[in-house]
Amino acid sequence: MANLKELTHREDRLAGGHRLCAGCGASVAVRQVLLGAGEDPVVVGCATGCLEVSTTIYPYSSWKTPFIHNAFENAAATISGVEAAFAGLKRAGKIDADKKVRFVAFGGDGGTYDIGLQALSGAMERGHDMVYVCYDNGAYMNTGIQRSSATPKGAWATTSEVGVAQAGKRQVRKDLTAIIAAHGVPYAAQASISHWKDLTAKAEKAFNTPGPAFLNVFAPCPRGWRIPSSMTVEIAKLAVQTGFWPVYEVEDGVWRQTVRVANKKPIEEFLKPQGRFKHLFAPGNEALLAEIQADVDRAYEGVLKRCAAE
Amino acid sequence: MAEHKTLATTGNSVVAEAMRQCKPNVMAAYPITPQTTIVEEFAGFVAKGRTDCEYVTVESEHSAMSACVGASAAGARVMTATSSQGLALMWEELHIAAGMRLPIVMANANRALSAPINIHCDHSDIMGARDTGWVTFFAETAQEAYDNTIMAVRIAEHPDVMLPVMSTLDGFITTHSIDRVDVLDDASVSGFVGEYRPKNPLLNTEAPALHGSFAGLGGPFFEFKRQQREAMESARTVIKQVGDEYAQISGRPFDVIDTWGMDDAETAIVVLGSTAGNARHVARELRAQGEKVGVVKVRVWRPFPYAELAAALKGVKAVAVLDRAESFGAEGGPLFLETRSALYDAEARVPVVGYIYGLGGADVRLELIERVYQDLSDIAAGGVAPGSLVYLGAREEA
Ligand SMILES: Cc1ncc(C[n+]2csc(CCOP(=O)(O)OP(=O)(O)O)c2C)c(N)n1
Ligand code: SF4
Ligand SMILES: [Mg+2]
Repeated sequence: MANLKELTHREDRLAGGHRLCAGCGASVAVRQVLLGAGEDPVVVGCATGCLEVSTTIYPYSSWKTPFIHNAFENAAATISGVEAAFAGLKRAGKIDADKKVRFVAFGGDGGTYDIGLQALSGAMERGHDMVYVCYDNGAYMNTGIQRSSATPKGAWATTSEVGVAQAGKRQVRKDLTAIIAAHGVPYAAQASISHWKDLTAKAEKAFNTPGPAFLNVFAPCPRGWRIPSSMTVEIAKLAVQTGFWPVYEVEDGVWRQTVRVANKKPIEEFLKPQGRFKHLFAPGNEALLAEIQADVDRAYEGVLKRCAAE
Repeated sequence: MAEHKTLATTGNSVVAEAMRQCKPNVMAAYPITPQTTIVEEFAGFVAKGRTDCEYVTVESEHSAMSACVGASAAGARVMTATSSQGLALMWEELHIAAGMRLPIVMANANRALSAPINIHCDHSDIMGARDTGWVTFFAETAQEAYDNTIMAVRIAEHPDVMLPVMSTLDGFITTHSIDRVDVLDDASVSGFVGEYRPKNPLLNTEAPALHGSFAGLGGPFFEFKRQQREAMESARTVIKQVGDEYAQISGRPFDVIDTWGMDDAETAIVVLGSTAGNARHVARELRAQGEKVGVVKVRVWRPFPYAELAAALKGVKAVAVLDRAESFGAEGGPLFLETRSALYDAEARVPVVGYIYGLGGADVRLELIERVYQDLSDIAAGGVAPGSLVYLGAREEA
């Protein structure tokens, strides 16, 4: 794994000047992941969403790599087609047998947990040599902050409103990383933009693993979370420290916690700075807060158990 | 003429064979009746090492076309096949393939759309894809399906076209019946289709290209669509050129429409696909009895051959259009609407009667075609005014 000094000498493959909001976690995630690709050429696929619309406005491109956007739900299928073309063209002798290319698809949580889950599952099962990266900001941000199955319980979103009859989203998040790990892929990991070294190391592993690899990257959205744009990294760190976002990897079926949390902070420390959880701190929602804490504890213990069992 | 062998085989089998002979680099496909035997046979070629193609066994038709889009943008020659619900599931991607100007070739086994579920032939699936921007062929026979599939590659990849092309054949009737087919030798086919030379492939990593950009917010979306229209117009010329060249190796002349008895016909049936054979059979018998009847088979559905059809129908006194698909709320089926439109500028106003027939594989019996010619003859004689749309052969009760 390259050290910080070496990483700073690597080319930034996502150029500045894109139109993502200031403080957007998605661009941080992309940069850190692509640093892990090393010197080899990379072909990038991207699902419809904030990252895609903000980096590909015709006639501009923020991507210093070949790039393809197809639709919302099919980044995994699309990049699997690109990878298949690489294999087919090599076999036909039209591409040099020694040529190395990395294939990566980025999708938001909506494009991955929800509408793109089938295409992702298919691509992972088929065993393409590709990396799929979900930048998880916990809602459909591009279309105006609607809830997804990655939105945390209790969060306000424009389709999980807050009112006398409902206190934000009712359901717990879907555990996508475990679902993909259950496909038996050689590498699946959960990471956060706040822990760049861990994330870049995982990206490097993912790229160097022959076959399909999956990264679920916590990537805050200041706009949708109602936090200042200066707080992106800090809130991501709190997600890890409260156990809301356990950071781990599953390599050939072996679970390992890669960032240990010495003293798990109460979930309130993650929730309180975010405007989308404001209502939870109004009188009357104490029980809901306790429920959220219990959910987080249970999920976190589950990860620890799987890590310990191995 | 090139080397060829004559086989007794099915439409699906020769479509799979044509695909293998065209040397695709990627095939991404999902099974559905009655297309299934195409992808099965192709999988057999893969297993036996008879193709270099990378075969992607996707988990759905949406992913099939999504992977085809990725592979084609990457610079590969790409093929797939589907039918009915599968084509419907691809709908979003059909537009994207055409809008991204990717020369993908797809076979479609024409089949009814649910509900109620039904596995048999009609053209509702294709008609649902009518405005997606694909050049679209209809085959009457297994031979035509074979020929169209090979020509499709050249047309799709032609620099003046660069559009996806669909080669369709009627479910079961053409996909599964054993038919006599002349199959060219491998070298002639690969020589005819040549190599695909993509312009800005993703896999040219030295010159990064962006495929699928955002062209809203006042961007050139509208202008891109005009370019797509121009490409579809260019396809008219390219289809004829490719058809002529193909005729030289196959010995089978090709045109966008096929006419029978039209030199002096007084009444005519316009039809797509396998039913053309039934229509010709009845027409031949009526001719033997002295009736001046004709048949026009439309072989290329998009771009629609308006001028050719109008010329073929010149001087005819009454026209029947057989549609194997509905356009609920319209005056007739899709072929009826196109035919009437093609005749709008004709000197004489010709009565055009619309028939919906054979939905969900309902039998197209010869007496039904006879009835159509009888209707036309009554109208031409001035005895009866053309009536409204006819559901040809539908039982009174469900
Ligand atoms: C089939 C389809 N359904 C809906 C949409 C509208 N849409 C575009 S982006 C988007 C949400 C994207 O959310 P996510 O994947 O989480 O990415 P983010 O914008 O949050 O980065 C939606 C609903 C679409 N483009 N296509
Ligand atoms: S809305 Fe959120 S995810 Fe979208 S660009 Fe802004 S900060 Fe990034
Ligand atoms: Mg999102």
